[in-house]
Amino acid sequence: MTKPEKYPHQDYRGEFLTRRDLLKRMLALGGAGAAGVYLAYAPQEFPLSLRDDTGLLGMPVETPFQLPDFRVEPADTGIQVGVGRGGDTRTMLLKALDAMGGLTHFVKPGDVVLIKPNVAFDRSPNLGATTDPVIIDTLVRLLLVDARAAEVRVADNPIESPADCFAKSGIGPAAEQAGGRVYLPDANAFELLYTPGAKLIEQWAFFKRPFKNVNKVIGIAPAKDHNLCHASLGIKNWYGLLGGRRNQFHQDIHEIVSDLSIMIRPTLTIIDGTRVLMENGPTGGDPSYVRDGNAILAGTDPVATDAWAFEHLLQRPGRLPDYLYLAEQKGSGKVNYKDRLKVIT
Amino acid sequence: MSRLFSYFVPVLNRWMRLTRIRIISQALFLALFVLAVWATWTSRLGGYPVSALLELNPLVMLSTVLATGYVYKLLGWGLIIIVITFLFGRVFCNWICPFGTLHQLVGWLFDNRSNSERIAQNRYHRAQFVKYSILIVFLLMSMMGALQIGLLDPIVMMYRAMATFFSPIIDSAIDSVGGVSEEIGVGVSMLDVLKFAPGVENRIFVGSFWIGAIFLFFVLINLWKPRFFCRFVCPLGALLGVFASKSLFRINRIVAKCTDCDLCLTRCEGASDPQSLVRQAECFSCMNCIDDCPEDALEFTLFRQDRKQVVSSPDMSRRHVVFAGVLGLVAAPALRNNGLVNDENFSAKMIRPPGSVEESEFLERCIKCHQCINVCPTNVLQPATLQEGGIEALWTPVMNFHIAHCQLKCTLCSEVCPTGAIRKISVTEKLGEGPYRERGPVRLGTAFIDTTRCLPWANQVPCVVCEEVCPVAPKAIQTHDEEAKDVFGQMVVLNKPFIVPDLCIGCGICEAECPVQDQPAVYVTAVGESRSKNRKLLLRSRTPARPI
Repeated sequence: MTKPEKYPHQDYRGEFLTRRDLLKRMLALGGAGAAGVYLAYAPQEFPLSLRDDTGLLGMPVETPFQLPDFRVEPADTGIQVGVGRGGDTRTMLLKALDAMGGLTHFVKPGDVVLIKPNVAFDRSPNLGATTDPVIIDTLVRLLLVDARAAEVRVADNPIESPADCFAKSGIGPAAEQAGGRVYLPDANAFELLYTPGAKLIEQWAFFKRPFKNVNKVIGIAPAKDHNLCHASLGIKNWYGLLGGRRNQFHQDIHEIVSDLSIMIRPTLTIIDGTRVLMENGPTGGDPSYVRDGNAILAGTDPVATDAWAFEHLLQRPGRLPDYLYLAEQKGSGKVNYKDRLKVIT
Repeated sequence: MSRLFSYFVPVLNRWMRLTRIRIISQALFLALFVLAVWATWTSRLGGYPVSALLELNPLVMLSTVLATGYVYKLLGWGLIIIVITFLFGRVFCNWICPFGTLHQLVGWLFDNRSNSERIAQNRYHRAQFVKYSILIVFLLMSMMGALQIGLLDPIVMMYRAMATFFSPIIDSAIDSVGGVSEEIGVGVSMLDVLKFAPGVENRIFVGSFWIGAIFLFFVLINLWKPRFFCRFVCPLGALLGVFASKSLFRINRIVAKCTDCDLCLTRCEGASDPQSLVRQAECFSCMNCIDDCPEDALEFTLFRQDRKQVVSSPDMSRRHVVFAGVLGLVAAPALRNNGLVNDENFSAKMIRPPGSVEESEFLERCIKCHQCINVCPTNVLQPATLQEGGIEALWTPVMNFHIAHCQLKCTLCSEVCPTGAIRKISVTEKLGEGPYRERGPVRLGTAFIDTTRCLPWANQVPCVVCEEVCPVAPKAIQTHDEEAKDVFGQMVVLNKPFIVPDLCIGCGICEAECPVQDQPAVYVTAVGESRSKNRKLLLRSRTPARPI
């Protein structure tokens, strides 16, 4: 038996760092260190400097978008508000549109059309608080069949649960059965909209998603009593495209509604006067508050359309609501509808 | 022909092992569970049995029967599981229970133990009796009117964590994907079908972090002790264990064939000692041991059971039972005397969803499964924190009008409630129409105005959002209209709101929409709620001049 060696690993040769490797490493470290010191400490106007003395330089800025103008040149007749009276919803709507030169004057084949109904509350249609699904059905079919639109979208941002409001107001099923597509809001659907000239909502969160590639916009509103604004008609309907804290709007409702009239320049504004909510607006809640106004309006001048609806559908004589005069000042239309309005009975 | 047959039968036998069928069953029930939570939404709930797994749960049946004395709606289905357990043992635990499947899945995915470590982990542990003690405590508490089984019932935990913890996380992830996919042409509405709550902005659930944390604790602890929850904690497993200990079929060891190699313990889910005297109450009937036995010494059988090779009762000594019993008898009054759920000191913010039964009855029924909270389309229903009802009412549904309001024509929460804490009501009954006119509408509470914070009352600023949104007809919020010169010399019309309590139904839309957001100038409290005689506000309701 051999005696164990004192140093069992004496033949072992380790591998050591060479002088060259050590220099390379030190150079690399020095270079990285110098670069780091430059990036961190160089004055902020030097190239590549990361320095930001105020802390505002690198802050991202949300650039708001602007909506295009959706209006089309009116037909030669010079009529800017058409009123259809007598008959069922379809007949009255066709009469109103015919007075304006027909739907095909406004919507060309291949257009992508957005319809904005009023779906604000979870109410059944007979209470008059939301747009009647019958007129949605009629309009979507007219757009797809007669005007040969490529796509019809229906969108709103209700006060109550969107899914419920669309379902129980009957607007969701009506739009989808007629061939339209419903857009419900979600957290990513809103972007900041810039409206030049608007006093209170110059920059405000806007339900942008359904507007992608859209080239015609039609608002379709019920005629309703409104506690503060006196009436919720065609212009007030655009409120439903905004997000954010809308509950501040009531502090100056007339300024807001007139801002809405310049926020969007719709192709057409339609007001359905078949179920006018006369009181307890804008929520209603009892069929006895609802009156058949026997009229449907279609207009390219939203101010004149609202003015006629206020006088004839809500039957309020005397002074018109303030927002209409403010809207006229902002250039979105004229209150006086004489000579520009045609009634077909 | 017979040749072909003799070729395929062994192949089929090899493939269609019981363990394979078991995995298919587990996947199916897990999928059904996720589908049920997915379908629990206003646009999908077409009368589907979305709460079926809760109604099949015999622990829910037994504890609510002990608390209330009757079987609500479909809770009798629990008997099906009990019959199955009497036949085949705790098959529920390893063939049906989605929580069990999750434990097994996580344990399997992240298991890097050696075989000998596994065998050591899967031996019976004497602390496995704890789950029977938990069961006794909870059942005694139920009997005394404090239903708390929902805190640890696996099906309830699964529903609750899925509804309030995971679904908002998944939805916001899908939303972010939608932002990208829209750029490449895949419309966001196509992704809506994947979301648990499409068509609303992201939902929030107060205190859901702790719901998720406790859930994840029990899932992750599998990395330390496999099936920790199922073996040591689960009160439903304990209840089934009591029945399973007398089951007809069971694992039987053929001692003559056994070489004592202990390989049957490698994947034993229940830690039920198949290598010696099999513990019937602990066995999940997962059939892994049969697969793993190299000698074919184990079988799942009804015939020729060796009566010496079995422990056929839960491992509970008489002292354990008595101790658990004493704990249970003390627990219920201790919770009740905490003093937040009685009629003297009830919280103003304890506002229950429409259709809820009177508070003490509510606490006898609510298992905190969060089906109502999940289905609520406005997100107003929230898990209660300790503030509203103390520990006894923790995670039961309350209305939080800071977040949203109760929609007038919605009774979805009452439709999905499996136990009748929220009794099934119709919209007609909720609104007090037709045959319910005499009784009037369901009132959740009553609104009040804080005139020191209301903009027209206190600050000369026009506003009446509350009146505008008030959904009842005629409106329960009316105004004193005044014209005044404000501090800047401008003439303003101030519509100062006041509440008509006879008309108010406590839906909370005024509070949700009030622009004084952090502490609304109009707010709803529980007094005047129609479910309770002791919390009334008005002696009689004045009727409006016009019929509603």
